Amino acid sequence: MTNTPGPDDRPLLSAVDLHKTYGTTSALDGASLHVRAGEIVAVMGSSGSGKSTLLHCMAGIVRADAGQVRYRDRDLTTMSDAERSALRRSDFGFVFQFGQLVPELTCLENVALPLRLGGVRRREAERRAAEWLGRLEVTDVSGQRPGEVSGGQGQRVAVARALVTAPRVVFADEPTGALDSLNGEQVMRLLTEAARHTGAAVVLVTHEARVAAYADREVVVRDGRTRETVLAQR
Amino acid sequence: MAIGQTFLGLLESSPRHGYELKRLYDERFGQSRPLHYGQVYSTLARLLRGGLVEVDGVEPGAGPERKRYAITTAGVTDVERWLAQPEKPDTYLQNTLYTKVVLGLLTGRDAADILDIQRTEHLRVMRELTRRKADGDLADHLICDFALFHLEADLRWLELTAARLDQLAATLRIPAPRLDRSTP
Repeated sequence: MTNTPGPDDRPLLSAVDLHKTYGTTSALDGASLHVRAGEIVAVMGSSGSGKSTLLHCMAGIVRADAGQVRYRDRDLTTMSDAERSALRRSDFGFVFQFGQLVPELTCLENVALPLRLGGVRRREAERRAAEWLGRLEVTDVSGQRPGEVSGGQGQRVAVARALVTAPRVVFADEPTGALDSLNGEQVMRLLTEAARHTGAAVVLVTHEARVAAYADREVVVRDGRTRETVLAQR
Repeated sequence: MAIGQTFLGLLESSPRHGYELKRLYDERFGQSRPLHYGQVYSTLARLLRGGLVEVDGVEPGAGPERKRYAITTAGVTDVERWLAQPEKPDTYLQNTLYTKVVLGLLTGRDAADILDIQRTEHLRVMRELTRRKADGDLADHLICDFALFHLEADLRWLELTAARLDQLAATLRIPAPRLDRSTP
C-alpha cells in the first residue's frame, strides 16, 4: 500500500512533512497523509503517538510548526485564523469522542446549528436537521437535550450535526471511544454509510482496529511520524 | 469445529436425513466452508458406531436408500458434556508471530516490518469481515464479530510487541542501533 497519490489521482486534502511541538514534547515529526475525495482513511496509533495532532493540523484547528497542509488548491498553513475558521464551517465536519453538543439546545437545534451559523433560515435548517436525525435513526430524541439522551444517541446526533452541511471532509476523532461495542458499531455503520452516501471523505482517528476496519485503508502514526514516512526515508 | 457434536445438537429437535443435516450445518455454521458429503456420512457412521445416533427409518428412493437418523440418550449426554466444556484458547498464531519476530531480530532483519506487514494483513481481513457484516443477517454479524474480536486481540499484541522490540532485542543480546526506527 502506498500513501502517495499518482498524477491522475490528486488528493483532496494533503499533509506533507508536518512538524509540531508542544513545549519540549514533539507531537509530529515529519508526518504526511493524503486523502482522496470520498475516501475513508483510518489514522491509527497508540496514545500519544501524534494521531490527534495530525487530525487537528489537517483540519486547520492547530497550525503546524513546519510542513504544509493543502485542501484542494488552498494552503491552510498560510491562511489567517479567520480564513481557516470559515473553511472549517463551510467544508469540514467534526465528530469528537464526546459529542460536544450544546447542552442548552435540543438535539434538533444542535444539528441545525451549523446551518444557522452559515445563514440558513431557521425553518429550512430544522427541516434538514430533522432529515439527518432520521437518517441517523434518532428522530425520537429530536426534542430532547443532550443530557437527556444516551451516549450512543448523543454520538449519532453529533454525526448528524457533522454531516448536515454536506462537508467535503469529516474529521472524526475517536468517535466511538466513549461507547460500548454495540453502540460503537452502530455509530460507525451510520457514519460510514452517511459519508459514502454524500461522498464526504472521512479522516478517522482511532486506536481501535475494529473501528479502523470500517475505513478503506489505514495509516499508522508512531512517534509523530506516519508509517509511510518512515519506510520512504529508509 | 466438532461436526459430530453439532450434528447431535441438530438432531435433538427431530430425526433428520444426512442431506438435511448437511444443509442445516452449511446454512448455520458452514459459511465459507460447506461440508463434503463424505464428511457427513463418515461422521454419521462414527456416531452410529458409538451409539450416539440410531437409524430411525429407511426410505427407498431412486438412488441409494435414504436413512433417517435420531439421537440416542447417550447422544444427548454427549452434547450436554460438549456444551459444558470450555474450548482450549487458540494460541498458535501468537506463537508463530513470536517466532518470526525473534528470528527477524536474530537475523538482523527489521522486526517492526514483520509486525507492520502482519497488521496490514489483519486489517485487510477485518475490513472484509466488516463488509460482510454490512451485507449479512444477524448470524453473519455474530460469526464475523467473533473473528473480528479475535483479530483485534492479535493486533493489540502486535502493537505491544512493536513497543517492546528494543527490550526483546536486549534479551537476545542484539546491538540496539540496528533497531533504531528513526535512523534513515
